[in-house]
Amino acid sequence: MSAPDAKTTVEAVAAATAGASQPPRSIRHRSRTRRVVRSWQLYVLLAPTLVYFAVFKFWPMYGVQIAFRNYNPAAGFLGSEWVGWAHFTRFFASFQFGALVENTVLLSLANLLVTFPIPIVLALLVNQVISRRFKAFAQTVLYAPAFISTVIVVGLIYVLFSPRSGLVNHLIALVGGDPIFFVAEPGWFRPLYVGSSVWQEAGFSMVIYLAALAGIDPSLHEAARIDGASALQRIRHVDLPGIMPVVSILFILAVGNLLNVGFEKALLLQTPLNISTSQIIQTYVYQAGLQQAQFSYSAAIGLFNSVINLALLLTFNWLARRAKQNSLI
Amino acid sequence: MTTISRAARRPLSNRLSDRAFDRASVLILSVSALAVIYPIYFIVIASVSEPSAVYNGDVLVTPSGFTLEGYARIFSDPTIIRGFANSVLYTGLATAISVTLIVTGGYVLSRPDLPGRKTITFLLIITLFFDGGMIPRYLVVQQLGMINTIWALVLPGAVGVWNLLIARSFFDVTIPGELREAAQLDGANDFRFFFTVAVPLAKSLIVLMVMIHVVGNWNAFFDALIYLNDDSKYPLQLVLRNILIQSDLSSTGSMTGDLESYAQAQRVAELVKYSTIVVSTLPIIALVPFLQKHFTKGALLGAVKN
Repeated sequence: MSAPDAKTTVEAVAAATAGASQPPRSIRHRSRTRRVVRSWQLYVLLAPTLVYFAVFKFWPMYGVQIAFRNYNPAAGFLGSEWVGWAHFTRFFASFQFGALVENTVLLSLANLLVTFPIPIVLALLVNQVISRRFKAFAQTVLYAPAFISTVIVVGLIYVLFSPRSGLVNHLIALVGGDPIFFVAEPGWFRPLYVGSSVWQEAGFSMVIYLAALAGIDPSLHEAARIDGASALQRIRHVDLPGIMPVVSILFILAVGNLLNVGFEKALLLQTPLNISTSQIIQTYVYQAGLQQAQFSYSAAIGLFNSVINLALLLTFNWLARRAKQNSLI
Repeated sequence: MTTISRAARRPLSNRLSDRAFDRASVLILSVSALAVIYPIYFIVIASVSEPSAVYNGDVLVTPSGFTLEGYARIFSDPTIIRGFANSVLYTGLATAISVTLIVTGGYVLSRPDLPGRKTITFLLIITLFFDGGMIPRYLVVQQLGMINTIWALVLPGAVGVWNLLIARSFFDVTIPGELREAAQLDGANDFRFFFTVAVPLAKSLIVLMVMIHVVGNWNAFFDALIYLNDDSKYPLQLVLRNILIQSDLSSTGSMTGDLESYAQAQRVAELVKYSTIVVSTLPIIALVPFLQKHFTKGALLGAVKN
């Protein structure tokens, strides 16, 4: 709410210092009021969206204060007892804290490092393929899993990696190995998570890079060809620099959302046996908050998560801007 | 044609290495495509094979035996059909609400003459960077009395800021200011201009938004998990979760209850899982070429502004 105030102050100061060259403030004010009144139909059209944001985005933001209170449903957000940083200190001191942060960071980093570069490589390969029909085929096939729901993807994992009847264990048996109970092994949680992310999302992310590659001036490729550049050299000196702005924007976004790794999939892949690696901050918030009704404690953990995310996003945006790359804001 | 003749002038060694590179690309992409297709293909053949053959690992390339028992059990069980009907209802309503809010909001925010436009846009963009989180959102929904109602599924996630910004830049680009000024001179007010000029021009935006939201709502399960407590209201994804992931036999109990031995029930339960995956995935896969066309357009639409 400080932004509009600041703006009116600036306008007032400008009007006051500009003196005779500007109309008196009251007239400017009246004409603005008139403009607002004249645009009433626009505000009517915008109203439902504004109400939506007020209720479902800003009201929960206002409700974040329960992280500093003991939430009592009868007293509401504002009426609940103030306890300050108590929930945060309890979380930082709890035995789960270290493991939760470690699991979240390892899962996020593994996911980012594996799933970020693969779509770029796929796009560069698809872009260079000569046969148009194969291009279209590869694009459609790789793209398709993006539309399959997380529930089905995890269901596929459970079925294909089942210890008794799953395809993967049959293949392991074929080469003489012992069956592995994948969803019960803490060590297999991250590979399953990251692997299925690649399977599902690589083709979808690839399309964005393909669109960027299509925007590269074809005469650059022509010139490089005439100068005798090979396919690999053209990728390195024409394609990669051409898509770098898009790469950096998407990288900033990915880092900013680092700790927001699709926790729904983690929740679905979580079993009592792999919980030592599959319990991440968000799944813990769900468990402590909604299953055990510790609203304030889990809201504090959620806030901790959001603040770190925000810091990551702003830092990387700033770094990107300093490096004179495209930035988000 | 010119490319070929120019390329022909290049050194032979480079043309050969380019051809080798092309072959390598095609090989790598073929292997990737196979890795995407095979799991789904396996599920399809397993769903019609004898459960014991699948269990023993005999089904890898072609089905072994033939049975439609899995499908028969799914379609004779009310939970999946009810979940399907619920999902149709939730997806339809949620999509209608989202698209309405996004198109109206995006249009108004694209109007450069809207007083307060910058402030409002700034406020909305804040929500891109920070949100209250799962718990405060849940408590707001609870305070609104929406727990265990359809509203908890269709309202809280209705508008994403990204989509609103895409709509805004779409209108920015497609509706020139002169067009609006001309209409104003002819006496069209803002309502009339929006409904008779802007909306008809925004068909491709509306199609894109409908598709984004149909796919998103159809695939969503988490809001239903936290806001609904009545089984009969579960959407398809939550029913699928209970069948595929939650527990092995208890959730398929109604579908396998008549079987005599435990082992037999277990094998049929696997068969039911394969069939369930096929029934719930194939409709989406069949739509992919159509979805792809519009989503690709959408990716470009979002990039127009930059």
